[in-house]
Amino acid sequence: MSTGHDLADWTRGEAGIVYQRCGCGAAWYFRRAFCPRCGRLDPQTVQASGRGTVYASSLNHRAPTETLRPYAPYLIVLVDAEEGFRMMAHGDRTLRIGERVQARFVDFGGTLVPYFEKAEKK
Amino acid sequence: MSWIVGVGLTPYGKHPGRSTLDLMSDAAAAALADAALGREDVDGLICGYSTTLPHLMLSTLFAEHFGLRPTYAHAMQLGGATGFAMAMAAHLAIESGAARRLLVVAGENRLTGQSRDVAVQTLAQVGHAVYEVPLGATIPAYYGLVASRYMHEHDTSEADLAELAVLMRAHAATHPGAQFREPITVADVLASKPVASPMKLLDCCPVSDGGAAFVVAREPLGERCVKIRGTGQAHTHQHVSAAASLTEFGAAASVRVALARAGTMLSDIDYAAIYDSFTITLTILLEEIGLAPRGRAGRLAREGYFSRDGRLPLNTHGGLLSYGHCGVGGAMAHLVEAHLQLTRRAGARQAGQPRLALLHGDGGVLSSHLSLVLEAA
Repeated sequence: MSTGHDLADWTRGEAGIVYQRCGCGAAWYFRRAFCPRCGRLDPQTVQASGRGTVYASSLNHRAPTETLRPYAPYLIVLVDAEEGFRMMAHGDRTLRIGERVQARFVDFGGTLVPYFEKAEKK
Repeated sequence: MSWIVGVGLTPYGKHPGRSTLDLMSDAAAAALADAALGREDVDGLICGYSTTLPHLMLSTLFAEHFGLRPTYAHAMQLGGATGFAMAMAAHLAIESGAARRLLVVAGENRLTGQSRDVAVQTLAQVGHAVYEVPLGATIPAYYGLVASRYMHEHDTSEADLAELAVLMRAHAATHPGAQFREPITVADVLASKPVASPMKLLDCCPVSDGGAAFVVAREPLGERCVKIRGTGQAHTHQHVSAAASLTEFGAAASVRVALARAGTMLSDIDYAAIYDSFTITLTILLEEIGLAPRGRAGRLAREGYFSRDGRLPLNTHGGLLSYGHCGVGGAMAHLVEAHLQLTRRAGARQAGQPRLALLHGDGGVLSSHLSLVLEAA
């Protein structure tokens, strides 16, 4: 069973998105040692594709700290990942709800964060 | 059965030099005076929390300061839902026999007791420390996300949302304690500074100093009694990323429980006190509860439906959006106003003779839901 430490995870400063899933069919984003639906103690920790659909978006003009102020305004999005979990990230300012997106990773005040762009360009 | 037998409310806005304990004391003294009770008459105490005075034991800290020796006391933390949750806890303490007369009190110098950046950062912590806060998300951004989805699914425009800010300001104009009383128009709201789209400055409640309190008793003491008829809760998530839906929250479920316990129906409600941290919050709560059809809250506000002389008077003190928001006391001001309305003491703001009020508050990002049904004596 993967503990997830071998996977690229932006919350650890690496260019990747990690999620978890359980044999019961549940998939979720916030890491924990058990399935929040059925309670099993052996969730799988998995690398996500970074593909998904924009569920919601807000252009944030008011950064919470001095360090982040030069980045404002920045688009905060909720993305429904194709693996069945939802996550918060940054996104291209032209994104619209319902658009198919792909993640890359950008620096945001010294932190690497997921940044979604329109998917179709290949 | 329990009764709210007295209420106290300070003006909201700037109270420079006044601490959390000062503001709590002001409100508590006012509530006891309203109930014609002394400190010795109170055997229970329920407090909330204060971001400017984080403390492990706020209730006993306050009890010692104010001069109470309760036989039942605790503090509670449910974000914006705390005020109504404290009312429910007091009601349950009465029903169980744990206490006979409880003082419920909150206060905070949230505006002048800290810098604006600290306030914004503290509040942002309702977001996930690992998965949300590092993205530079703020409370307005969480609600901006909710608003974007809600407007996408329902026929709601920014001008519709603005109507609720205009209404709250019109109500606040007649309350001397309100933080903002200058009338505003839909155009003013639309032209106000962008905060987190689609939320603009006038879609957002202010940060305030203030305090609020009430006394809950086993008997209908005195002339100023309002019965707590029903209470309900629902808690669906903490973080907006983990919310199952951004258009169906726990509000309707919570209200259903409160109405069932009260043995009454939504159509019997003739005064509404609904949490309004943002115009989108108020819109969603009104529409999910069923006090307005989906996509229609703004239009109903414009048509006067929620005005003092309308079919369903709403937040006649001006709500969080214009009376102000000092944290736990924010929603308690809604309760104080409902009490004044049900006891016909709202003066120039009196909205006819309401008999049955529905109060609903939420904490987090529409995460925790608390509903109360109050009835005139």
